[in-house]
Amino acid sequence: MLVSEREQLRANIERQVKEFGNDRSALIPVLQDVQHKYGHVSEYVMQVVADILHIHPVEVYGVASFYSFIGHKQKGRFIIRLCRTISCDMQGKDRVARQLENDLGIQFGETTPDGNFTLEWANCLGMCDQGPALLVNERIYTKVTPETVHDILEECRTLFGVYALQEKETLCELPTPVK
Amino acid sequence: MSIELNKNTSRSPLSQRIQPMGIPGLEITDKLVTVTIDDKEVTVPSGTTILEVAKQIGIRIPTLCYHEDLCVAGVCRICVVEVEGQRTLQTACAYPVTEPITVRTHTRKVRQARRHILDLMLSKHYGECYACFRNNNCELQALAKEYGVDFFRFGHPEKPRFKVDRSSHSLVRDMDKCILCRRCIRTCIDLQEVGVLEVDKRSDQSKVITFGDKPLGEVVCINCGQCINRCPTGALRANDPTEEVWAAIDDPTKHVVIQTAPSPRAGIGECFGLEPGHPLTFELNTALRECGFDKIFDTNFSADLTIIEEGTELLLRLHKALVEKKAVALPQFTSCSPGWVKYLEHFYPEYIPNLSSAKSPQQMFGAVIKTYYAQLNKIDPKDIVTVALMPCSAKKFECNRPEMCDSGWKDVDYGLTTREMAQMISEAGIDLPAMPKSDFDDPFGTATGSGVIFGATGGVMEAALRTVIELVCGIKVEDLFEHADIIPVRGFEGIRFLELPIKKVGPVPDLLKNLIPDWKWLEGATLKVAAAHGTANAKLVMEDIKAGGRCSECHFIEFMACPGGCLGGGGQPIPTSPSIRAARAKAIYSEDASYEIRKSHENPAVVKLYTEFLTDGPCGHISHKLLHTGYTPRGKYIV
Amino acid sequence: MRTTDTSKMTFSRVSPGEGLKKALKMTPEEIIDLITASGLKGRGGAGFPTDLKWKLAAAVKDDLKYVVCNADEGEPGTFKDRVILTDFADLMFDGMTIGARAIGACKGIIYLRGEYAYLRSFLKGKLAERRNDGLLGKNVLGIAGFDFDVEIRMGAGAYICGEETALIESLEGQRGEPRNRPPFPVNTGFMGHPTIVNNVETFTWVPCIVTKGAKWFFDIGTERSTGLKMFSVSGDCGKHGVFEFPMGITIQELLEKVDGTGAKAVQAGGASGRCIPACSFGRTIAFEDVPTGGSIIVIGPDRDMLKVAENFMEFFLDESCGQCTPCREGNAKLLEGIKLLQQGRCSMKYLRELCKLGETMQLASKCGLGQSSPNAFLSIVTKFKDEIMGRTETAL
Repeated sequence: MLVSEREQLRANIERQVKEFGNDRSALIPVLQDVQHKYGHVSEYVMQVVADILHIHPVEVYGVASFYSFIGHKQKGRFIIRLCRTISCDMQGKDRVARQLENDLGIQFGETTPDGNFTLEWANCLGMCDQGPALLVNERIYTKVTPETVHDILEECRTLFGVYALQEKETLCELPTPVK
Repeated sequence: MSIELNKNTSRSPLSQRIQPMGIPGLEITDKLVTVTIDDKEVTVPSGTTILEVAKQIGIRIPTLCYHEDLCVAGVCRICVVEVEGQRTLQTACAYPVTEPITVRTHTRKVRQARRHILDLMLSKHYGECYACFRNNNCELQALAKEYGVDFFRFGHPEKPRFKVDRSSHSLVRDMDKCILCRRCIRTCIDLQEVGVLEVDKRSDQSKVITFGDKPLGEVVCINCGQCINRCPTGALRANDPTEEVWAAIDDPTKHVVIQTAPSPRAGIGECFGLEPGHPLTFELNTALRECGFDKIFDTNFSADLTIIEEGTELLLRLHKALVEKKAVALPQFTSCSPGWVKYLEHFYPEYIPNLSSAKSPQQMFGAVIKTYYAQLNKIDPKDIVTVALMPCSAKKFECNRPEMCDSGWKDVDYGLTTREMAQMISEAGIDLPAMPKSDFDDPFGTATGSGVIFGATGGVMEAALRTVIELVCGIKVEDLFEHADIIPVRGFEGIRFLELPIKKVGPVPDLLKNLIPDWKWLEGATLKVAAAHGTANAKLVMEDIKAGGRCSECHFIEFMACPGGCLGGGGQPIPTSPSIRAARAKAIYSEDASYEIRKSHENPAVVKLYTEFLTDGPCGHISHKLLHTGYTPRGKYIV
Repeated sequence: MRTTDTSKMTFSRVSPGEGLKKALKMTPEEIIDLITASGLKGRGGAGFPTDLKWKLAAAVKDDLKYVVCNADEGEPGTFKDRVILTDFADLMFDGMTIGARAIGACKGIIYLRGEYAYLRSFLKGKLAERRNDGLLGKNVLGIAGFDFDVEIRMGAGAYICGEETALIESLEGQRGEPRNRPPFPVNTGFMGHPTIVNNVETFTWVPCIVTKGAKWFFDIGTERSTGLKMFSVSGDCGKHGVFEFPMGITIQELLEKVDGTGAKAVQAGGASGRCIPACSFGRTIAFEDVPTGGSIIVIGPDRDMLKVAENFMEFFLDESCGQCTPCREGNAKLLEGIKLLQQGRCSMKYLRELCKLGETMQLASKCGLGQSSPNAFLSIVTKFKDEIMGRTETAL
């Protein structure tokens, strides 16, 4: 990382910390923001955050590793999280899972070589009435079938991909977007 | 200003900060409540925990994650008890009594739960007790016996899951023995504020890790070893060089010299079943001879040497600041505690100039042995092996610092902890407490009380003051402090201050004549000093200095990395607690009182060294080459 | 696609703002008395009396108190809060504001689970609207001295943060590990200040009770479980979605309404709830009988109960915070036991030991997760012994 990039990163984090209250309670929002922007929280960033919040880097590491949605490893641009909990399981998540693996050519827990997709399990997405459900980044898809898996991936690759690096919130409308 | 140990540590949640009696939000109040434990009734202040109450009336409740020095965690669940009216079992360590309750400590439910918890721990605890350095001194093992574990209900690991981390000069971590009580984490983050260890992930994937799960040798660990002293099992231990030491002893071409520090002598009896507070200094000399060491020296000698060098350095700094009006780094920080030195190098590298350049007594001794002693006895320094018996795990790192070879050889070859020495002695079939007493060897046989008190927090300061007062004021310390006991710097309060007005000055003693012509410039000045123990307190001092507070006005500050000073060091016998440390301190101070000579500058061996060897005096050319060193700014960022 | 028709629910018939206006004309004591009279208990599942929680927090003297809305709905089979947040957010905010008035709080926080991140901007918009309308901010509804504002904090994918002290830890930037209790959050909560943590649904009922009266709510349900409740229904039944039923409804009645009759069992209360076999469908959903946070998973006759139990145990093994021994290691042992049962290799002796271990976990775990994680295992193992014992490997 260039010196200027580091300075910019530090300035960004300092701004975030101020916004979220200037104390340790800002830690998780800041990590979420970094995760959102960069797709992961690097060890360097953790140390910068720790420095600004006056806590130990290892504490930041411990916090980051505790939460499923914060990671220190670079993941794909699209993180697909398929719900594996009981209702989705009863509604056929296994076949959706197999199809995802087939279409992406990776196993759960892996990232495609092009760095576009990461496949993960999730615990209950709160869509039990419309299972099987999966999240792509912050966007939810329900009643997914093995057949629609392909469409979802295509949507990511084309349309969604163009906007993916922008603020994702603008893409979320209500009621919940449903495939 | 009174700064308390562990005030506002960054990590521990409010409800879990260190509170030996009571829990925040439910502090102990004047209100009294009646508690019935196993049909025994007792009245205690509201807020006292069930565990404290039980202790008071002699009822034993087993504990594992609980430690007197640490904030309450309540995670191992071994101390569960039945509280009447509660659906679930409650942890005795974390339950503050605020209203009358009835407690039962060994009902069927409680016994079953404890046994299950033990079996669950054992189902993950890899290793056999007889191949473990904590055999017979392991809290998990003791509980397994107490609860009659005769088979593993939920299995026992057949293969290790983790690699043993031997990357550090000082510590070895074997996570296969870890039971996740998190005492090490609370020690590292809350007690010591170093922040090396934390829990990674969650659920059964959780594990104690360093930042990025890197080897211990690559992170900001200061090697204080406090985690070792508080680990209930054998997951943490010091890096043990006894094999190499035995090999040196067995090698007839090697001249093996050992120096013993005061704290191990005060503590080693605990490894042989004695109550804390029984120093075995002279019994140890005999035992070490029996083990085969060629010469036994007293680290107190080089402690006295340190006082002369460090004290002179302080006077020179003050002279530079007050007379020459030159920019100079003040306050001067002591450098005897290698844990503290590494802490400063990591977290406050910009303050390295404040650190006294004088080496620690261990390293000074090594350098003197491989030069002066070698010449004196016509031994080739390459054949000398210097061993140091220290209460400290960080000393192992210190003697391996690349800069510590000023004699042309590695100044100190091996650092042994008190525990390792006890192991060697028992291996030699020696019953230490039964040994006859014998003296140290010459030429470094005479020591002073000032050297002894280096083992307690405030001791270096007290020793330095005894010398500085006499050298500068030309009076006896006894004129100012009864029995030359400088009480204000003693004790276990986190940070202690002393202000000493210099009303009158005396003539400059011969030793310092070359350096400073007179003391006039000190007349009417007030010497301000402070002592802090435990790196959490060191952090408070450093932040105060940064903020320009009271500490920044001090001239000299003593820092010791370990709570209580060296007597609470990471190489000392396990377990540790405030009362054990207090007993060791008492032993050290009574040993000091028993010495005829109690001031470093009066040590005849030291005086002789300056006449025969360090001929250009304290902080002179030879001394600078051999007895002083430099430091490495390490920073806290890990790449 | 929506599975839930919310138009006929009570929440649709109470207009937002009405209850709030009425409540703010009352004194804090009157508000709490009203809640007491309604008998409202926590809708998250634990069933702690809401009035008592508020009373305790109100009694503590502190300039800074917090109202936290627990929207970390993570219990498998639960999604009612999602529907409430989507359709009745204003009512929920009304409830939080009333709670703030009752305990004297000036700050509110919604802890929204990370999986519901797509709701954040919607809720942010709602909050902005409310600020514009004078329903949040300084002097709410013109009442001098009553300042209250709400911020949204996001969860980050940890089920345990639904436990109130873990939630507070998470808000404070810590690992979401439950605290020792006592002290309770009403006394020492977020940043050491008195804090009430209530479920989304609990808050939403509050303005309804204020509007329609405590008696209306109290007269519904059973003596110890009053009022209406939202249920998240999924699994092997004709109608999925969120339904409003009175407390005290029998499982049989409930199944009839969602076209789920003929089920082999019902998992009430999600993964941490209990598995009720068909022979016990006469039991009632109530805090004194079968408690639930609203999750009803209907298990059809063809389902393998061991697979159900396995799914639950996998869930807990993943979501345990890992700090206390019984939960961290115990869940792993129970899951191993299920695997043994699936292979037909578990002795009765070992199964009994595992059941005892389950009891230990219920008794000795630090928080509600560990205390309830063996529930499903224990009820399935005891109620379906014939189905799970003595399997041959091919049954996999």
